[in-house]
Amino acid sequence: MKHIGARAIDRELKKGSAELLILSLIEHRARHGYEISKLIDERSGGVLKFNVASFYPLLYRLEGRGLIAGRWVEKAGQRRRRYYTLTVQGREMLKAQQSTWLDFVNAIHRITEAENA
Amino acid sequence: MPDWSREIRAAIASLNLDPAREAEVVEELSQHLRDRYDEMLASGVATELAWQSLLRELNDGTLVSGLKATVDAARPPLPVGKDGSERILAGVWSDLRYGARLLLKNPGFATVAILSLALGIGANTTIFQLLDAVRLRTLPVKAPQQLAKVHVNSPHCCRGDFYSSNADLTGPLWNQLRKQQQGFSEIAAWSPFRYNLGQGGEAYYANALLVSGDFFNVLGVQPLLGRLISPVDDYRGCGAQGVALSYAFWQREYGGRADVIGSKLTLDGHPFQIIGVAPASFYGIEVGRNFDIALAQCSQPVFSAKGSLMDGPSEWWIAAIGRLKPGWTLERASAQLNAISPGIFAATVPPDFDALARKDYLSFRLEALPAATGVSKLRMDYEDPLWLLFALSGLVLLIACANLANLMLARAGVRQREMALRLTLGASRSRLIRQLLAESLLLAMLGTIAGGVLAQILSRVLVAFLSTPQNQIFVELAPDWRVLGFAAGLAILTSILFGLTPAIQASHTDPGVAMKAGGRGATAGRDRFLLRRALVVSQVALSLMLLAGAFLFVRTFRNLLTLNAGFQQDHILIANFDFSPLKLPLESQMAYKHQLIEGMRAVPGVSSVAEVLIVPLSHSGWDDNIDIPDGPQRQDAMFNRVGPGYFQTMETPLLAGRDFNQTDTPKSPRVAIVNEAFAHKFFGGANPVGRVFHDAGGADKTYQIVGLVKDTTYYELREAPLPIAFVSFTQANGPEQQSTLVIRSDEPLPALISSIKRAANDVNPAMVLNFTVFKTQIRDGLLREQLMATLSGFFGALATILAMVGLYGVISYMVDRRRNEIGVRMALGAKRSDILLMVLREAAILLGIGLAAGTGLALAAGTAASSMLYGLKARDPLTLAAAIGGMAVVALAASLLPAQRAATVDPMTALREE
Repeated sequence: MKHIGARAIDRELKKGSAELLILSLIEHRARHGYEISKLIDERSGGVLKFNVASFYPLLYRLEGRGLIAGRWVEKAGQRRRRYYTLTVQGREMLKAQQSTWLDFVNAIHRITEAENA
Repeated sequence: MPDWSREIRAAIASLNLDPAREAEVVEELSQHLRDRYDEMLASGVATELAWQSLLRELNDGTLVSGLKATVDAARPPLPVGKDGSERILAGVWSDLRYGARLLLKNPGFATVAILSLALGIGANTTIFQLLDAVRLRTLPVKAPQQLAKVHVNSPHCCRGDFYSSNADLTGPLWNQLRKQQQGFSEIAAWSPFRYNLGQGGEAYYANALLVSGDFFNVLGVQPLLGRLISPVDDYRGCGAQGVALSYAFWQREYGGRADVIGSKLTLDGHPFQIIGVAPASFYGIEVGRNFDIALAQCSQPVFSAKGSLMDGPSEWWIAAIGRLKPGWTLERASAQLNAISPGIFAATVPPDFDALARKDYLSFRLEALPAATGVSKLRMDYEDPLWLLFALSGLVLLIACANLANLMLARAGVRQREMALRLTLGASRSRLIRQLLAESLLLAMLGTIAGGVLAQILSRVLVAFLSTPQNQIFVELAPDWRVLGFAAGLAILTSILFGLTPAIQASHTDPGVAMKAGGRGATAGRDRFLLRRALVVSQVALSLMLLAGAFLFVRTFRNLLTLNAGFQQDHILIANFDFSPLKLPLESQMAYKHQLIEGMRAVPGVSSVAEVLIVPLSHSGWDDNIDIPDGPQRQDAMFNRVGPGYFQTMETPLLAGRDFNQTDTPKSPRVAIVNEAFAHKFFGGANPVGRVFHDAGGADKTYQIVGLVKDTTYYELREAPLPIAFVSFTQANGPEQQSTLVIRSDEPLPALISSIKRAANDVNPAMVLNFTVFKTQIRDGLLREQLMATLSGFFGALATILAMVGLYGVISYMVDRRRNEIGVRMALGAKRSDILLMVLREAAILLGIGLAAGTGLALAAGTAASSMLYGLKARDPLTLAAAIGGMAVVALAASLLPAQRAATVDPMTALREE
């Protein structure tokens, strides 16, 4: 059997889940890129980390697919920042992915629980 | 606080993003990195460590690959500012593509630019291609650099009969040379002749090379088919033997059939056997005159009533070409030839020379000259005019470049904001210059391609123009590396000429000013407009010079055409009757000729007929030394032999005395008719009728002058009148194998020629006939002048049009720039005529400066070309005035249009625009 390193697993998992994470984080309010990546880091307890080079391409891809929309917002006394919000299409995608993901996690959980029981 | 934007820009440089998009990405990512950096410092990471680790993250390669999939590249891709790691030519391809898109967006500009470049480059390449063909190319033979020809190096060389412009040696000289020379490993002789392929009726000629047996060996030419002339073919008394064909002749006459070997070919009625075909690349030794057939030198007596030319010490008919021995230079070979010359000339003195002529002959020396590029009458005739035309076409190209530079400057103004934006986004000035130069190069390349195609057509048209039925010209015009290199060089040179200054100017944009300013941008800057004016002034000056030159050449041509040559050239047909095929016995030849002439006189519509030996302006000549009793001795005079009625036929006025008539017979005292120049030179202008002169060649030849005629030209139209003595055919006593008649008739030519053919047929159908129209022959003799007049006229017109476009452009631009001012003036009460005058004054100032400079140039150029002019001075004031007047009218007409536009400006509209 081919050995797959831990780093590779990490990358595959991240790639699969990253879209869902980003979409969830801006479900209720608009956030800028740094904020999104920081929240992913914090809420996953440091397990999921994106650096600048891999994060923004993801963000732009989502935007390109019409799932999120970015716009520049200027606030008094601050530099302008780009805030991202969910589009209607993004909201539907999020719902679909959430349920798929939940089904998947439940399925994994059932299998692993059963084996350990 | 570190600035991340530089690092980010460098990291994504290769993506070539749309500038606006790139700016957003840079801004967003640098904010992110700044936040991360602050956070890391806050958590106690050292500044250098934080910087390094973020930099590593940024450049781990995922950014570019990730962005490539998600963010579109700019269309068209905008090359980014240069950084240290970039190679010098990186992005040239995208520069060119970007340039191409811009050109497609401005088809009008692109068409004008490419067309004017194509004309300029096409003209240059055409002339260069001709120069290359006649001057620069080496012979298509083995190691042409080792070839040399041998000729007599002496100002008085030589007396006797000459058979071609390449006739450097006599038979006896050639035999001595072959035996005694040491500098050449091999040496061969060749002579060009023309033989009739037909049998009776109108002649159909082939260009023949009579060659010594070694000829093809020396040149290293191998047969394509069969064999070529070799030493075994060339032996004394060989008669009509084998003939080798040129490839072109073989294709033309035999359709390239392989079975021609062994078949027969008749030359002047003698059958020769075809023994082989030369390779396609070998056209002969003479550039411009391809050979059709080659035969052994020993066959020459077959064609000659006089016997073998090889034995004649005064028959100049041979050209020699040799291959230098290894280690021998041209100088060394010449020195050896010089050393053996006294012996050679002493052994070959013509026996009929008197002491004076003998002394002259013995002083001659042989020398070797390079022959790698062959020999060429065409080259002698056309090399100077071609170099001059080359210079003229170069000037046209320069004017076209000035025009383009002007257009580019105008465009640079329009693109100010683009340049400013790119500078702001980090492009370096040199990078912008490169982009703009790439666009110029693209234009130049397109212009060169179009010009190159044009040149292929034009050069063939020119060669056809210079070819006449009597003198067919063949030159190899397929572009070689020189022509291609020349065209490529022109492309680069022109793009720099018209592109560099505008590019440098455009790159010196102040971004801040340009972004803020309105559409007019900073081209309104004074020095930039000054440059545009300077360009127009130089265009006007150069065009004036070309125009004045064109007028000089056109007037030269016209002067020669309308020149009073001493005869009436219209309505004269020259008919040559060769009756050698009749093999008439010697005693009946004269009677036959008389019968023939009488037959021609009886042709309906023929008003007069006369026999002539040397047709004027046919470039043939006969000169001899004469002695005047109690007067000048050993003076050179031209001779011609004519029959009774010649002066009447040519309509040359007889000023005193009488014409020849039938009472002048071989038995009566010899008589001559002389022209005014003769009377002037030898008798101080007094009436020469009744005086005598001696032909210095023989003691019994004393001529009594019976008539005086007006001066006529002899060799060519441009010459000063030469002293000519006409002697009579009625006093000659054969042998005569052919006769040339001048026939005056008002009948249309085709009808006249067919009546003459019929009459000749009645006399004897086996005669070979050849017709030339006198006027056509004269016109053909003026081809050089016609070429100069036509081409310089064409270049002059082209230059004027280009200058006109340039002036129009600058005045239009000035009017647009001053619309507000004009509006204000009109609102304050200026009349439309005032505005019109104001604009025209501006144009007149530019024109005036240009014309003043151009006058100086035109005077200098005219002096340089003075040797090619005829009938007018190089500084002819009338010509110059006409050129200045023409230029001024055309230029003012070109500025009238924008001036009128200025005068019809609606003040309200103009002011509202501000």
